[in-house]
Amino acid sequence: MRIPIEKFITPDRKDSIKRTWYKFSSNPLSIIGLISVLIVTLSAIFAPVLAPYPESWGRWVDFSQACQPPSWKHPFGTDIYGRDILSRIMFGFRYDLLMAICILAMVVPTGTFLGLIAGYYRGTWIDTVIMRITDIFLAIPSIVLALAICALLKPSLFNSMMAVSLLWWPWYSRLAYSIASSLRNEYFVLAAELIGAHPLYIIFSEILPNCLAPIFTKMTLDVGWVILIGATLSFVGLGAQEPTPALGTMVSVGAKYMPDYWWMTIFPALAIAFTILGFNLLGDGIRDALAIEEI
Amino acid sequence: MNNDEIIQVKDLKKYFKTSLGIVRAVDGISFTIREGETFGLVGESGSGKSTTAFTIMGVYEPTDGEIYFKGSPLPKSVKKRPLSLRKEMQMVFQDPGSSLNPRKRIGQIIELPLRVHRLHVGRERERVKELLEMVGLPVDFINRYPGAIGGGEKQLVAIARALASEPSFIALDEPTSALDVSMQAKIINTLLRIQKELNLTYLFITHNLSLMRNVASRVGIMYLGKMFEVAETSEFFHKPLHPYTKMLLSAIPVITEEEEKIKPKRVISRGEIPSPVNVPSGCYFHPRCIDCMEICKKEDPPMVEVSTGHFVKCHLYT
Repeated sequence: MRIPIEKFITPDRKDSIKRTWYKFSSNPLSIIGLISVLIVTLSAIFAPVLAPYPESWGRWVDFSQACQPPSWKHPFGTDIYGRDILSRIMFGFRYDLLMAICILAMVVPTGTFLGLIAGYYRGTWIDTVIMRITDIFLAIPSIVLALAICALLKPSLFNSMMAVSLLWWPWYSRLAYSIASSLRNEYFVLAAELIGAHPLYIIFSEILPNCLAPIFTKMTLDVGWVILIGATLSFVGLGAQEPTPALGTMVSVGAKYMPDYWWMTIFPALAIAFTILGFNLLGDGIRDALAIEEI
Repeated sequence: MNNDEIIQVKDLKKYFKTSLGIVRAVDGISFTIREGETFGLVGESGSGKSTTAFTIMGVYEPTDGEIYFKGSPLPKSVKKRPLSLRKEMQMVFQDPGSSLNPRKRIGQIIELPLRVHRLHVGRERERVKELLEMVGLPVDFINRYPGAIGGGEKQLVAIARALASEPSFIALDEPTSALDVSMQAKIINTLLRIQKELNLTYLFITHNLSLMRNVASRVGIMYLGKMFEVAETSEFFHKPLHPYTKMLLSAIPVITEEEEKIKPKRVISRGEIPSPVNVPSGCYFHPRCIDCMEICKKEDPPMVEVSTGHFVKCHLYT
């Protein structure tokens, strides 16, 4: 029996996924990033099951256990109400990840959509209007804008999420714009225009699929940064409020008891660092594996 | 005008504004393309051949001039042309690598014109297979991605896509210049066979004169955005009139004595095509022309019909 040689030499989707995974896994840092992200995500999802003291997440007091230093019983110690810090960090991952996901779910579609439209209509008034508004948002220091918004509104997790979203979308519209405006002159877009395809079809079906890899990579990198900004807002008291176990809030509350009860601050802070580092390493790994030039 | 003229270009101009000044990419050219023929457009790089094709297709809006399609004026921009008109005119691009979306399967790519123009509703898949067979590609390409096939095959897919909307006119912008010689022959043969089968009209752009001789029925030669000579192919190659045509033809390398005889006397090629931003006075070609006269430096010669269907733009013939 003769097997057509194409079966052996033509790369299909599966092969390209395999090749990408090979490139990704050949960098140990990427694997470290992936493992950290998995640890964070899994402990967030299964926090009620995995946490040694699940009741520690909210309003709960046990003064007999208050202010315990790290021990076998409480690996990261306890806070002034006797709540287990490790358990609270696991629940804290929940809030921080949820915040990052919600923010990105609002920011990525909005920014990408605006950027694609502006890129496709490059050189027209549509481009000018969208991209100048983008520039105005980028010109304001993000943390100042977030602080201003949060100070105006009632400090809460939801309001801080809105504030971060408002300052984050321009980055996605810039990214989508740069890709779309260069793809705009590719012959396949020109061919679709000559055929008579609708502009929305061209934007979403011809251009968008070619932007997804860099956007996905930027999302991964951004999870870390969004968590950091969220934690910053919580730290200055404008984000999630006690007793919500957001990591930034825990750092902020614990900071009052430094340096005697150092574990109340240090461990949540390390958890933030661990999360951000994990997502950044993962994002870098994905970027290198997909050979995306610059974000 | 004749009924069999499918495209008529009248005094077409396309200028581009650049930081260096205005580039006159196409500067007042007129020609007609008859139904069922292959009109060849030759010229050096930067002579405005591709710009002419893109302007006819409506990708660029002409600065001035008119284009008629089957007797009626064409809207300047492709965006203003009705679907029925877009269906009639298609284009194959120079670079097959970028003319297919890397994220789409070959089947989806060829299917797009069918869906847009609502052709063969309900049996699009079968039609795509027919089109693949028509250009000589295996039917199982339908599920491949462009990254998995070669450059020549990509160009054949681009041709199949252009054919899908059942056009009467196809602009071929150097369809083989990015490919190796064996693939060139295959693509040219496919194009000629399909032209005969479907009675298509081609605007064929190339800088390869030997290829032009085998493909085109009439040839126009461009230099710095101006048309210098238009003639039937045999006349163009046997009785070239313009000094520029003679210069180019004499530079074609030949093998046999026979070929050497029909070639014009060796004219040494002098100089290079000037910058389109800073064009010479009078006839654009005068600094390189061996027959340059005083008048050539001052006045741009008009296009004259020397014999039936043989136009030339040179002071030698006015």
